[in-house]
Amino acid sequence: MSSVPDDLKYSKEHEWVRVDGETATVGITAFAQEQLGDVVFVELPEKGARVKQHSSLGVVESVKAASDVYAPISGDVLERNVKVIESPELVNQQPYGDGWMIKVRLADKGELGALLSPADYRSHIGESAAAAGD
Amino acid sequence: MSELKRTPLHAEHVRSGGKMVEFAGYEMPIQYPTGIVAEHRAVRTNAGLFDLSHMGEFFFVGDGAGAAIDGLVSSDIAGLAVGQARYGLLTNERGTIVDDVIVYRLADDEYLMVVNAANIAKDRDHIQQHLPKGVGLDDRSAEMALIAIQGPRAATILSSVTDLEERERSIEGLPPFGVVRARVANSRAIVARTGYTGEDGFEVFVDNDRAPQVWSRLLAAGESTDLIPIGLGARDTLRLEARFSLYGNDIDESTDPIEAGLGWTTKLDKQFLGRDAILSAKERGPKRRIVGLEVTGGVARHGHAVTKDGTVVGEVTSGTFGPTVQKNIALAYVPAELAKVGTALAVRIRDRDIPAKVVKTPFYRRAT
Repeated sequence: MSSVPDDLKYSKEHEWVRVDGETATVGITAFAQEQLGDVVFVELPEKGARVKQHSSLGVVESVKAASDVYAPISGDVLERNVKVIESPELVNQQPYGDGWMIKVRLADKGELGALLSPADYRSHIGESAAAAGD
Repeated sequence: MSELKRTPLHAEHVRSGGKMVEFAGYEMPIQYPTGIVAEHRAVRTNAGLFDLSHMGEFFFVGDGAGAAIDGLVSSDIAGLAVGQARYGLLTNERGTIVDDVIVYRLADDEYLMVVNAANIAKDRDHIQQHLPKGVGLDDRSAEMALIAIQGPRAATILSSVTDLEERERSIEGLPPFGVVRARVANSRAIVARTGYTGEDGFEVFVDNDRAPQVWSRLLAAGESTDLIPIGLGARDTLRLEARFSLYGNDIDESTDPIEAGLGWTTKLDKQFLGRDAILSAKERGPKRRIVGLEVTGGVARHGHAVTKDGTVVGEVTSGTFGPTVQKNIALAYVPAELAKVGTALAVRIRDRDIPAKVVKTPFYRRAT
């Protein structure tokens, strides 16, 4: 059972967004890291880069394969998580915590409306609301 | 996945939470819930159990069986004593690689050849075309299971459930590449000290109907020492660190043993199919060679281009993150003049040339 915290928004491609004023923190979900397996490499855009909703923002590689990470929202990169580049296993260990990927200055808050609620994301990954949270 | 074949251990894998994927026409576990890195480490430090029942087993019997196999396999099969096994290559007239195999001499005129799952039909046809009358090939691939136990604790665990027919012998005393008939978990078995991980270990051949019992008895015997099942994912990272070739990736019918770094398996002072072609390849010197690469800043994968100063010069045939060496490692074919250890190259990953360096292989060698 994957955890789906109630205070986040989600994309169908299994990224999460934590909104704090004009800033959004982005990572991949517990479900995504479980599907990937052990993450061994993370590639992220540099500070100042512009990411666009639904476009690839970077790559996570597990032992088996590489997978794109898609930007759930558009904006300028304020910070990328250097710790996760140095210790990719953080994506597996704390996908919603120290395994975060980038912080973005939101270009268009309206885009948030296109994201999934925790309940919608749970049904998207085939889990019932009863199995929510951790 | 209903059209895929299943091994007799399928139910055990599902029960253990194995993530099942297609491999060589079989439904096989790629990993268990512990994950590839933990499985890899378990084999390096402790012990792991592998289902290799998809692999092919050919039995050869008859007067002249050894000589017949010796004429088809690159290594010194004629020199095998009873109870010994050897790695070698099935090669064709052109001197390229039909398959890589292990040949076990079970008795004076009885041999076992283990072949790759994807090549069973091809190898059988190839061998039968060249087999003299009087030597029979019995393809028992479909009826036979293969369970490998690998890692520093493998001998102790296997020994605890094994009875050898000759009392004076022991599992611990079996030399590397030794093979004996034995009873494992009360089942008739062939036990060999062979493997594909770079660790000490054993491969246990049993009839399909005995496989679940042997598997669960071994797991139970290893429970106190944390023996765990290992999927194909860790099998691949283990073999690549130990620089074992994977047929279909690193070697195939377009590669010859010399460029593939497998010259050591070719006994060129005997006659075997493809020997003359291999000898000329060796005398000419290969145009390209397989090398080990260490890649900094990305994971090289099968099919990635190898570049030098922005120009494509070769191709990655296997690549992964190596959990024990803690590096991104790869095997690649490059022009012979760029094959020297220390040569700076790059691997093109997502349209960027990521620095790579030719390094000595194996990437990992166990302390002895």
